[in-house]
Amino acid sequence: MRRLTLALLGAALVAFPVVAQQQQKQQAPEAAQQSSPQAESEPTLPKHAWSFDGPFGTYDRASVQRGFQIYSEVCSQCHSMNLLHYRDLGPNGPGGGVGYSEEEVKAIAATPFINGKQVTDGPNDQGEMFQRPGRPYDKFISPFDNPEQAAATYGAVPPDLSLIIKARAGGPDYVYALLTGYKDPPPGFKLGPGNMNYDEYFPGHQIAMPPPLTDDRVTYQDGTKATIDQEARDITNFLAWASEPTMEERKRTGVKVLIFLLFMTGVLYAAKRKIWLDVH
Amino acid sequence: MAAPRSQSKIVRWIDHRLPVFTFMEHELNEYPTPRNLSYWWNFGSLSGIMLVIMIVTGIFLAMQYTPHVNYAFDSVERIMRDVNYGWLMRYLHMNGASFFFILVYIHLFRGLFYGSYKAPRELLWMLGVVILLLMMATAFMGYVLPWGQMSFWGATVITNLFSAIPGVGQDIVTWLWGGFAVDNPTLNRFYSLHYLLPFIIVAVVGLHLIALHQHGSGNPLGIDSKGPQDSIPFHPYYTVKDMFGLGVFLIVYAAFVFYMPNALGDPQNYVQANPLQTPPEIVPEWYFLPFYAMLRSVPDILFVQAKLAGVIAMFSSIFVLFFLPWLDTSRVRSAHFRPVYKWVFWLLLLDVIMLGWVGAHRPDLPAFHIFGHPITYISIGQIGTLYYFFHFLVLFPLIGWFERPLPLPTSIAATVMPKGGGPLAGAARPMEKH
Repeated sequence: MRRLTLALLGAALVAFPVVAQQQQKQQAPEAAQQSSPQAESEPTLPKHAWSFDGPFGTYDRASVQRGFQIYSEVCSQCHSMNLLHYRDLGPNGPGGGVGYSEEEVKAIAATPFINGKQVTDGPNDQGEMFQRPGRPYDKFISPFDNPEQAAATYGAVPPDLSLIIKARAGGPDYVYALLTGYKDPPPGFKLGPGNMNYDEYFPGHQIAMPPPLTDDRVTYQDGTKATIDQEARDITNFLAWASEPTMEERKRTGVKVLIFLLFMTGVLYAAKRKIWLDVH
Repeated sequence: MAAPRSQSKIVRWIDHRLPVFTFMEHELNEYPTPRNLSYWWNFGSLSGIMLVIMIVTGIFLAMQYTPHVNYAFDSVERIMRDVNYGWLMRYLHMNGASFFFILVYIHLFRGLFYGSYKAPRELLWMLGVVILLLMMATAFMGYVLPWGQMSFWGATVITNLFSAIPGVGQDIVTWLWGGFAVDNPTLNRFYSLHYLLPFIIVAVVGLHLIALHQHGSGNPLGIDSKGPQDSIPFHPYYTVKDMFGLGVFLIVYAAFVFYMPNALGDPQNYVQANPLQTPPEIVPEWYFLPFYAMLRSVPDILFVQAKLAGVIAMFSSIFVLFFLPWLDTSRVRSAHFRPVYKWVFWLLLLDVIMLGWVGAHRPDLPAFHIFGHPITYISIGQIGTLYYFFHFLVLFPLIGWFERPLPLPTSIAATVMPKGGGPLAGAARPMEKH
């Protein structure tokens, strides 16, 4: 034991100065090196209670529908949702949709809510592409035809929103905080050139997106009062549904699977006890 | 080899021509297993079952997946949204990778604690290390397939490591990529290899089992079986114990799959790969973090550049495991009877966990302050890396030489069925010092 202690001490004495020395001139291997302008102290996200939290959580259909209204009237002017089809909103969509009937989905698909933009289809029997109203099996029409066009129009490519809740640390809390986190920059904070905005929760605080929500930005079809808080909540609910429309099915299946597994494991434990009786 | 007990004419007819029933009888019913195996011995068979789950879910995913840079991301999301139970297959597979590593790491540390690598099980151990290497390659290439941001940038960082090889490095990287960047040819070959390697793992697992059944399982006491009183047939005793363990494991696994399916993943991988935009941080999956920390910790050493030195350290950290049977000079297998090694084992486990923690953070940031002096992650990583190799290359041989082991029990049966006294009391004899 004493020899071990000596060996350890010796090794530590040799190793420590070497490490301490190298710490000064240390450079990470270039392949693994990262540079990030991110501020080191991000504010902590306020936690909210969402209807889809927890093992029995479900989507609040009314809120998701209001959120879809905000998406179609506000967000969709700049943000695509390339992974969604109009049919997803209806009863045949993954997870049973968000409560719209098939007729309503047809009407939604046919409404050109992005500056009258229609679906480009074709070629027809003349070999020409043509425009037509959307149908349930179409993907959500994108506000831009390609990322280059988006960059030219908006200065940057607005991220696709199909998976945004799963694609950001903090998920729904982050999206809600971002949408309600616009503020005047603190004294001494210089916003960059262009129409940059200050947001408390955006990494680096400088965001190109102008504040998208204001009180009464939309007039809700169901008569709910459209405060900023309500709007942010609804759009977050809609985006959460869009990120994983099969979540409810997953959680429902999970309950059955776990009940079965608990029962099966209990039976196996009893079997194990019985079989091992003559060994112990 | 005894004839099967079956009375069935058909069974006997088949067995006379193709002795599968004799084989099963021999490997399950007659296969003698130490009677004192603890639940730590469940993790081998659990890993085997996990391998099957991964292959089965993977085959179903492959039916729907499109290995093309323009379609891969969308095809995975189509599986999540439109394919019947696609979300289940994908979450089982994605979380299965993490749980496969959890099982195998526990299995590996079990082997370290109980000296499972010692004679006559050296090749059994080395085959296990081969399986670990194959698993790592498979997991790495599988993570690239969804073609998210972390898929792409992880692939870029890791394949770029080969450019550290002096002289031919860059050519090798171009050859690996099938072009001048990670692109469609890279994705295609990774898909092909990701489908191939699991079946090679199956083959090596077969060898692993043959080697296992040659001398049988070790046991918590680390002493050899002295006769029939020390062992019980594998079936039904260990089949039922393994099944019960499987049930417990599946509960934990299902809890993640159904309720926290993305807890172990990186949100960045839900953003489609964009070669023009580097994510703020490039971090591998959690099971690679300790190795990633070693990769980034090593500085320039003499004329060896930090990058090459880091790569050497990372690969050596696995390759050193091949030599354990000869690095460990102690003849006592189980750490229960090795008062010094027992502590050092836990230190190594702590060290690996610490390296994992370091690997998850940017190396240049301070982890904490001592008297106002910042201690960066990289310096902790350097100490951790040094200790890792110090453990295997210095402590392992040294401890076996000066440690005075506790007296070993005379037989397994004597400890399992004690005639009064504690479980280890009574039939002990002093271990001669060598």
